[in-house]
Amino acid sequence: MARPGGEEADGSWAAGDRDQEQLSFSALLDDSAEDLYENAPCGYLSTLMDGRIAKVNGTLLRWLGRDREELVGREQFSDLLTVGGRLYHETHFSPLLRMQGEVNGVALELRAADGSRLPVLVTSVVKRDSSGEPLLIRTTLLDARDRRAYEQELLRARQEAERERERLRRLATTLQRTLIPPALEPVPGLDVTAHYHFASSDEVGGDFYDLFPLAAGRWGFFMGDVRGKGADAAVVTSLARYTLRAAAVSDPVPATVLANLNTALNQQFQDDEPRFCTVIFGLLEPEGGDRGFHVVLAGGGHPPAVLLRADGTADYLPTPGGQLVGVVQDAQFTTAVVELRPGDTMLLYTDGLTEARDLATGERYGDEALLDFVRALAPVSAPRAVQAVTGLLDSFGEGLDDDIALLAVGVPRRETPA
Amino acid sequence: MDVLRRNRVTVTGRDDGPVVMLAHGFGCDQNLWRLVAPELEKRFRVVLFDHVGAGRSDASAWSPERYSSLDGYAEDVIEICRALGLGPVTFVGHSVSSMIGVLAANQEPGLFDRLILLTPSPSYIDDGDYRGGFSAQDIDELLESLDSNYLGWSAVMAPVIMGNPDRPELGDELTNSFCRTDPEIARVFARATFLSDNRADLAKVTVPTFIAQSARDSIAPREVGDFVHAQIPGSELVTLDATGHCPQLSAPEETTEAIIAFVQGP
Repeated sequence: MARPGGEEADGSWAAGDRDQEQLSFSALLDDSAEDLYENAPCGYLSTLMDGRIAKVNGTLLRWLGRDREELVGREQFSDLLTVGGRLYHETHFSPLLRMQGEVNGVALELRAADGSRLPVLVTSVVKRDSSGEPLLIRTTLLDARDRRAYEQELLRARQEAERERERLRRLATTLQRTLIPPALEPVPGLDVTAHYHFASSDEVGGDFYDLFPLAAGRWGFFMGDVRGKGADAAVVTSLARYTLRAAAVSDPVPATVLANLNTALNQQFQDDEPRFCTVIFGLLEPEGGDRGFHVVLAGGGHPPAVLLRADGTADYLPTPGGQLVGVVQDAQFTTAVVELRPGDTMLLYTDGLTEARDLATGERYGDEALLDFVRALAPVSAPRAVQAVTGLLDSFGEGLDDDIALLAVGVPRRETPA
Repeated sequence: MDVLRRNRVTVTGRDDGPVVMLAHGFGCDQNLWRLVAPELEKRFRVVLFDHVGAGRSDASAWSPERYSSLDGYAEDVIEICRALGLGPVTFVGHSVSSMIGVLAANQEPGLFDRLILLTPSPSYIDDGDYRGGFSAQDIDELLESLDSNYLGWSAVMAPVIMGNPDRPELGDELTNSFCRTDPEIARVFARATFLSDNRADLAKVTVPTFIAQSARDSIAPREVGDFVHAQIPGSELVTLDATGHCPQLSAPEETTEAIIAFVQGP
């Protein structure tokens, strides 16, 4: 913007030059208000309160390719807009103008006589008479072609990003489904229930579990948690899951199964960052009749299972000393043995449960709170146990920031004669 | 779910007067009634509310499933009537809310004494002999206009506005606040509004109905008002000397008089 008079401070000009300059400025400033209105670098429009055009400047007429006579007294402002713009004008622009007396910088499109469209930014102000009654609407229109083109680019980029996000979400969901069994096979004489809480719909979580038949009427099951999330974690999850199943077929002794997984992970990722997981692997052997199951568990750094007894007691089932799987070559895994009798339920979970935050206090849920919770629950069947813990998860709300897997196995109570 | 809070329902006027419920259309919020409400409040008990997603309603109650069709909005109107428990109401629906009122009254006629349809249109898109005034392409254009106008909406302000429907002072200083809507919500409401076809619902109306149309309205032209009048059995029609789709703003006195005359009856 030129600053008239700014040069006067310069002082380097001769007096004659200065007079000459001032004459030139005067000539420029002679720019009449009328000419400024007519040929301003923006469109001007005055309309009556009912929208009829009362006055329009030359700039806007040139943009539209229309004659003054066609518009003044005949057409309304909204007639100059595209149909979509007219709808917007009627539903937003006009009501706002009535209510707040002005509307600022609304993007609309003009429809020119030759059918072309001109994006404009529209600002309107209601002019009132001395008693406050609205008289007319003054409107300024700015050519917004460049701005609109840029906005279109932004919009396109956003839509593109949204599509990509949706694609990613679908991919993650598909991948996740391959890592968690859609349904567990029924085990005669055993109630089995599982639940998976997804912390995020566009990232693959690292928790996994399964339960599957082995030879001689025995069953294997596991629950594990790979550190991290996303594609890297999914690679480990996938390897761990299939290795556990294959290892259990060749030798189902739980500590051996974990040792084999440990070897596989160490071999697979020896040159990369160490990839490891926590796992509990268990072997279920039916005792015959309705006496329940003999369970052997091996733990590798995983939170201990919880045993909810038929007599109403509940406690952790420690598998102490078990090391993380995949960190060191000759990791040691410890074994625990438990008899599951009618009415007993065993619950396995991942650490997202005990590490959930109470948003009010900011503290972790913790092992103690979980123990209190299951003690209040016992005795309980496997489906009811999972249902109760799922309800607990819901109560955490936003405090849940990790995936959580739950797997409960329980021996149904004996049918008691009525 | 607190329905009255969800829809930011306000009840004003005379406790002993007939209940008149004012429903705003697509675009803005209950402020659209600000020029007619004071006169109505002298005679009636006046119920104002915001559709979910508009004004200071509880936007967390919004879901694309419920609000992708006018049925969800009609369900809300029924829920509000039940929650208020003030007996049958005269429902005044502006623009798309006129059809929302028709749907609600057809579903639960016992909740409604009368319907007043202000600038109604049962279908905005031309179809055979029916002239709705627009083509499907025009509606796409409107959706584009919505995408390029955020009217004071910003993701930064959204939680403040949405999380504090009881603290109006938080939003008052913002311009365009009456028409401030999450663009995503506006898009879904625009589709529900302009792609709806409720022509077949008109003949099923059993509640006494009064139609007030604007003399010059580019969204709901007079032939559309005439169509609504012809379809609703026993309905009355008046043409207000008003310009534009919002006669309650452009001709508030006439609009108020028409509402009062119909509620008070002959």
